[in-house]
Amino acid sequence: MAPTSKLSIGIKRASRSHAYHRRGLWAIKAKNGGAFPKAEKPAAAAEPKFYPADDVKPRVPSTRKPKPTKLRSSITPGTVLIILAGRFMGKRVVFLKQLKSGLLLISGPFKINGVPIRRVNQTYVIATSTKVDISGVDVAKFDDKYFAREKKQKAKKTEGELFETEKEASKSLPDFKKDDQKAVDAALIKAIEAVPELKTYLGARFSLRDGDKPHEMVF
Amino acid sequence: MVKGRTGQRVRLYARGTILGYKRSKSNQYETTSLVQIEGVNTKEDVAWYAGKRMAYIYKAKTKSSETRYRCIWGKVTRPHGNSGVVRAKFKSNLPPESMGRKVRVFMYPSSI
Repeated sequence: MAPTSKLSIGIKRASRSHAYHRRGLWAIKAKNGGAFPKAEKPAAAAEPKFYPADDVKPRVPSTRKPKPTKLRSSITPGTVLIILAGRFMGKRVVFLKQLKSGLLLISGPFKINGVPIRRVNQTYVIATSTKVDISGVDVAKFDDKYFAREKKQKAKKTEGELFETEKEASKSLPDFKKDDQKAVDAALIKAIEAVPELKTYLGARFSLRDGDKPHEMVF
Repeated sequence: MVKGRTGQRVRLYARGTILGYKRSKSNQYETTSLVQIEGVNTKEDVAWYAGKRMAYIYKAKTKSSETRYRCIWGKVTRPHGNSGVVRAKFKSNLPPESMGRKVRVFMYPSSI
């Protein structure tokens, strides 16, 4: 920086012409043909017809994505799980894989204990230390969409038909699901029968007895 | 509950007794009940049960949803004292008739 003037405050060191030359606007003017380039003003926006009385912030939708459900370390593919609630409570069941929704894909196998290929939540399940070898089972085709409910068909009904029973949709399992069950179970049952007593173990249900203390049990 | 179940009856809950409400000598706080779970005798044992759901089941004279049995759901919140008694909060406060009666302490939400 130029040395400050020692004469007085407000008296600049550089003279008007010197300061003008230093700023270099003459060079920009020369480049632009004599005049300083003027920025184009953007076209004035039309005045809005309506001004709201209060200043309200527009709601921004949340960009938060939920984390994938963490699988307990005790649950690995092939673990035998005990179902704690629901229709199949107490049943011992084989874990196949975790689906994208976080639910666990399990199978009885159906022949052994009547539990079909099903989804179950991790919190309603106890993992035992028993493992089944499921390397021979192909579960790639199962995902959450496989288990989606069938959309009800809304057929237009005449007045007479309206009063008839509305349970016309058949609730039987589609054949391809039965075949999938058989395919998965075939490999599973082979692996299960290789282990002594595992089949009867999976067929038996778990129950608490007198004197049992769940907090002291090792599963 | 039975609910028309024909197969094997399995018990997947621990039995508990409702001791009463959280209280001091002359004041009681009905939002929290005290429960004694069978087989649980120390504060350290209670840690396993923290957060587990419980159900107080009772019968009524009229049928609602095809059954006379009704239920109040709740959960274990924390230990109470050193000897295994547990504090529990229910969806609606337990009625005083429940004192001395049984409660079911389920094994879910499970973390095993």
